[in-house]
Amino acid sequence: MQDFLNIVIGGLLIGGIYSLISMGMSLQYGVAKVMNIAHGEFLMFGAFITFTLQEHGVNPLVSIIIIAPVTFIAGFILYRTVFTTIRVRADNQGVFEGNALLAAFGFYFILQNIGVLIWKSTPKSYAFLNSIWKLGGADIFQNRLVAAGFAIGLGILFYIYLSTTRSGKAIRAAAQDAPTAGLMGVNINFVLALCFGFGAAMAGVAGSLISICYGITTTMGLGYTLLAIVVVTLGGLGSIPGSFIGGFILGIIGTAVGYINHSSYTGLTVASYYVIFIILLLVRPKGLMGK
Amino acid sequence: MGLKKLFTAQAAIKWGIPLIILILVGVFPVFHSTYYQTLITFALMYMTLSVAWTIFSGTTGYISLASAAFYGIGIYASALFGEKMPFFLVILIGGAASFIFAFIIGAITLRLRGIFFSMFTFGLVLLAYQVLIWYELTIKNIRGYFVVIQSDNAIFYYLLGLFIITIIVSYVLKRSKYGLALSSIGENENASEHIGVNVTLVKILTFSLSAVFMGAAGAIMATKLSYIDPNIAFDPMISFSPALMATFGGMGNIYGPVIGSVIFYFIQDRLQTGPLQNYYKLIFGAVLVGTIMYMPSGIVGLIQKLQKRISGAKSAPITG
Repeated sequence: MQDFLNIVIGGLLIGGIYSLISMGMSLQYGVAKVMNIAHGEFLMFGAFITFTLQEHGVNPLVSIIIIAPVTFIAGFILYRTVFTTIRVRADNQGVFEGNALLAAFGFYFILQNIGVLIWKSTPKSYAFLNSIWKLGGADIFQNRLVAAGFAIGLGILFYIYLSTTRSGKAIRAAAQDAPTAGLMGVNINFVLALCFGFGAAMAGVAGSLISICYGITTTMGLGYTLLAIVVVTLGGLGSIPGSFIGGFILGIIGTAVGYINHSSYTGLTVASYYVIFIILLLVRPKGLMGK
Repeated sequence: MGLKKLFTAQAAIKWGIPLIILILVGVFPVFHSTYYQTLITFALMYMTLSVAWTIFSGTTGYISLASAAFYGIGIYASALFGEKMPFFLVILIGGAASFIFAFIIGAITLRLRGIFFSMFTFGLVLLAYQVLIWYELTIKNIRGYFVVIQSDNAIFYYLLGLFIITIIVSYVLKRSKYGLALSSIGENENASEHIGVNVTLVKILTFSLSAVFMGAAGAIMATKLSYIDPNIAFDPMISFSPALMATFGGMGNIYGPVIGSVIFYFIQDRLQTGPLQNYYKLIFGAVLVGTIMYMPSGIVGLIQKLQKRISGAKSAPITG
């Protein structure tokens, strides 16, 4: 019972961060149609900027205020320059998606290399709010609770933004049919870049939250990208609420496998993600909440 | 006159490269330099990988990011069977294992259209790496394997043979009706299905076929290393290089990937030994992005475009 409670609470807490990462990727693919293989590298940058600021005495939670705009602008400019050029030059949607994927693959190597150059490849970690609360026999790490709270709060905030504001409406219109939305007077290049920017910012903030709870390395991006890919498929490609829920499901599964395995090598956790991926593709490729 | 010039230029591209390869083979025994031999061996490896990658991803547009996984499977086949069996058989096993693995992946993902295939293949390297590390350290308790080493000459000639087979298969496939089916899938998959192509089967078989060459290349190259572990066998860079080289060279023509690999392998070699060795991934990534932005059809596409422009300008008065 205690183990069960530990798994569920631990899974829900890490699931909040997974949700945030995956919502970012879902937004980038669902609206901007870029399968951003470099998503995890934005996350890595967020984590390491937090780490560096923390070394200079900035509270990790305060550093989010810096990281969110920086990664947003980086993503926005990236889409506006590189991906817009590719989109305009591509013959059709399929060619654009293929080329955008290859370009993102290029960025994966560029960003990772820059990260390794700046921060080297040794693992890093720091202590922040590392006390433990007991709740009915289950351990709750204070820093994980705070991180999950931030992630869930941001996720809900973004959902409210999407469903109530004017630019949120433009994003939803572009998600349904970008060319038609453009004809209806939506500034489509701006809106797509906006989505890519938001996606990058979510990855950056998630990275910052991850650095609060876990050790970080410059090569960790790939693992988180894979995780986000599975969550996005689980929730349904392009479905923001689907990704939000999928993050928690994967969080619980990952924690449970890690609990049973008791090893510092995460081979079985990655394998369990792939098992979920395979089952999804065989049974329900449109995901839990896909159209 | 214009027509004749066009003909010779095309012929130069078409027959020049096989000729260079033949000369290379002929000249090879003359220079007994280990450095050049290693250089050319690695170049052949990258050429094989790029051409094999293009067989499936270049024509259909389904981008595979799993080359490193197949290459790694080949390396492991060599490590596991190298002692017990003759080298030739080991290479076949490496190819066959990759074929089976690719067939399973294809059967899962290629039934579906769109981005799922790329998404699924992207994490395969990480999956193989993590699972093997976990297996070797918690169950087997020894990390890595020792590999039976082959002589440099044997590796060179096996690799050259593999490369020639890859080129021939790629060429024949492109000329056959399956090649036509493949490019029709790349152009418009729905239309292709309507005219009677068994889209799923063609995709799965071609993907598996391209994996055979990658696995065989891995099995051969493993014998150049004396010790392997998951970290060496499953390097994401091996997935990245064929995609970069083929895109840079141009995927519309069989020689595009070959040209791209030769150029990139020699640049990589220069960069890795020079003062820029920590930057070469960054430079490669930037080149890939730049290529996709400004010359999506690669060097070969650029040459063909120029040719068309030159010959078009000259023949305009005749037709008009």
